[in-house]
Amino acid sequence: MKITMFHLMPYAHMDMALRARHKSAWVTYPNSDFDPKKGAALYNRYLDELELAAELGFDGISVNEHHQNAYGLMPSPVVMAAALSRRTENCKLAILGNAFALREHPLTLAEEHAMIDCISGGRLITGFVRGIGAEFWSLAANPTTSHERHVEAHDLIVRAWTETGPFAFEGKHFHFEYVNVWPRPYQQPHPPIWCPSLGSTETIEWAAHPDRRYVYLQNYSPFESVSRFLNFYRETCEKTYGYTASSEQLGWTAPVYVADTDERAVAQAKEHIEALFNKFLALPFEVLFPPGYLGMSSYKRVRQHKRSIAGDQTLEKMMELGIVIVGSPDTVRERILHCHRELGFSNFIALLHFGTLPADLTERNIRLFAREVMPALQPVGDEAYRGFERVAAE
Amino acid sequence: MASCSESAIDYKGGKVFLRRGGSGQPLLFLHGAGGIPAWLPYLDRLSDRYDVIAPDHPTFGQSDEPGWVEKVDDLAYFYLDFIKEQGLENVHLVGQSLGGWIALEIAVRSTHSLASLTLVGAAGIRIKGRPAADLFIMDDEELARALFKSDALAEQMLAMEPTEEQQDIVLKNKVATARLAWQPRLFNPALRKWLHRIDVPTHVIWGDSDRIIPPDYAGEFGGLIEGAEVTMIEDCGHLPNIERTDAFIDAVTGFCDRHAA
Repeated sequence: MKITMFHLMPYAHMDMALRARHKSAWVTYPNSDFDPKKGAALYNRYLDELELAAELGFDGISVNEHHQNAYGLMPSPVVMAAALSRRTENCKLAILGNAFALREHPLTLAEEHAMIDCISGGRLITGFVRGIGAEFWSLAANPTTSHERHVEAHDLIVRAWTETGPFAFEGKHFHFEYVNVWPRPYQQPHPPIWCPSLGSTETIEWAAHPDRRYVYLQNYSPFESVSRFLNFYRETCEKTYGYTASSEQLGWTAPVYVADTDERAVAQAKEHIEALFNKFLALPFEVLFPPGYLGMSSYKRVRQHKRSIAGDQTLEKMMELGIVIVGSPDTVRERILHCHRELGFSNFIALLHFGTLPADLTERNIRLFAREVMPALQPVGDEAYRGFERVAAE
Repeated sequence: MASCSESAIDYKGGKVFLRRGGSGQPLLFLHGAGGIPAWLPYLDRLSDRYDVIAPDHPTFGQSDEPGWVEKVDDLAYFYLDFIKEQGLENVHLVGQSLGGWIALEIAVRSTHSLASLTLVGAAGIRIKGRPAADLFIMDDEELARALFKSDALAEQMLAMEPTEEQQDIVLKNKVATARLAWQPRLFNPALRKWLHRIDVPTHVIWGDSDRIIPPDYAGEFGGLIEGAEVTMIEDCGHLPNIERTDAFIDAVTGFCDRHAA
């Protein structure tokens, strides 16, 4: 199993009294709450935390993109990956992800990713995402065309990376007379493409296609949903596309907190994980699902289940659902191994900082995870997976 | 509810649903973002004097969702074709809110078949510093309260329990509106410079307490379109046809009758 440390880089100094007067920490939450001096210290602290993970032997370190919010301070994850590329040597740099089609000119991101891939000697993983609903307000992008722009931007960047130019790109949404990207990516034919998602059958069907075989990452979900979507990927490959998915095509992202005992882990993580979900991530339904962002049937399904990202989660409930993994090294190790036995994913992405978790606890979490948990996970392969045949038989 | 006929016409391989009632000079009513749920009293009363034609715009209501609808311009060209194919002449064109924007896009292209233009709380332009309210970011309750001056009407709207089909149409209309008007929000930056081309009698009707598109826009349109008359309806929000039906009917018919051409 490959282990990646993921960081959201939240604005941990968010004024909770101000936040209580707003519906969310997104889009219209006033940036007067951002203190540049505190922000400067946070950025450098967070980069240090990722660099520490690289030193401690994680297979990858990871950043992502969100706009106009206190939940994640990386409107450009490229900036963070660039900073990390010169301070790390062996680990992968995973941008999970960048929303290419939110831009009028997705080619600029194809250029920047190729630059990072060259600077880092081929360590880039490109996460290809549509962007969560909130971004369509912040970047004034039309949600109703987001899916077709997403697919078209993908075709543009993959062609820009794999075909030598110049050539003309004649799409519905993007037109370029001269596609001729300098530099070309270091990795040939192109950097690996991963597709992080909150759970979308359309994304899975697209990612699993034999022409792509992209890694599908399930983010922040009850274990039951992780199972459903990862198994749907394998099933789609088997039944629709007639090939057997490799476990390398599957991944799972979850917040993880380790302390010396279960009780201490829960006591230390509770406030900060609950802040992540209830204060930083919580979004009104209308903002999370702007019109046309989802197809009619998906929209009706989420509306029926009121699956907005609500603001009333408790750590205990999230542990029970398997959204987060919190406990002693034994507990955390066994839990991840158990989940791997069930689903066989080859990529595990650990969110080792969340919400307001202070620097000392974050560092201890990273070190404990690296020393007590990770060594048991990295050697694990398909021999420990119970196998899709058995899942399918059930 | 009184009578209208319901039919569907074919256009570029898709179905366009329309309601039609009454007789006399044609009055083409272009609905707003919320669509036309039924042959409501304001349509029925207009049909006492006119041949009222009220289509569901392509992509809205019971009409199909053809791929050619990408911008308000596309609907303007559709309606120019529609007027021609239906053989309509001397049309009183009445557009409300989003439909007002469509009506403006039609009229700057051609007023050949129009007798008059009536705009009701119309979208389509932007006064810097005076944006329209963001329809999309509001939840159902905020939207109902923003639409009407009268709290009682908002309560009444919120108390309705729509069927699943009705809910589907509300959602479809919201997506259709976003497709046309998400960015820039509810206006076309190029429209303002062509409004001088409108050369038919024009009437601008606005609720004086409109919280969706501020009443300042009434005066702005009045100034941009030569000879336009402005009627402010008192104690009224964004939907005068619903909130002040009597005053709305008087305003529309009074103006149209004077410009029967």
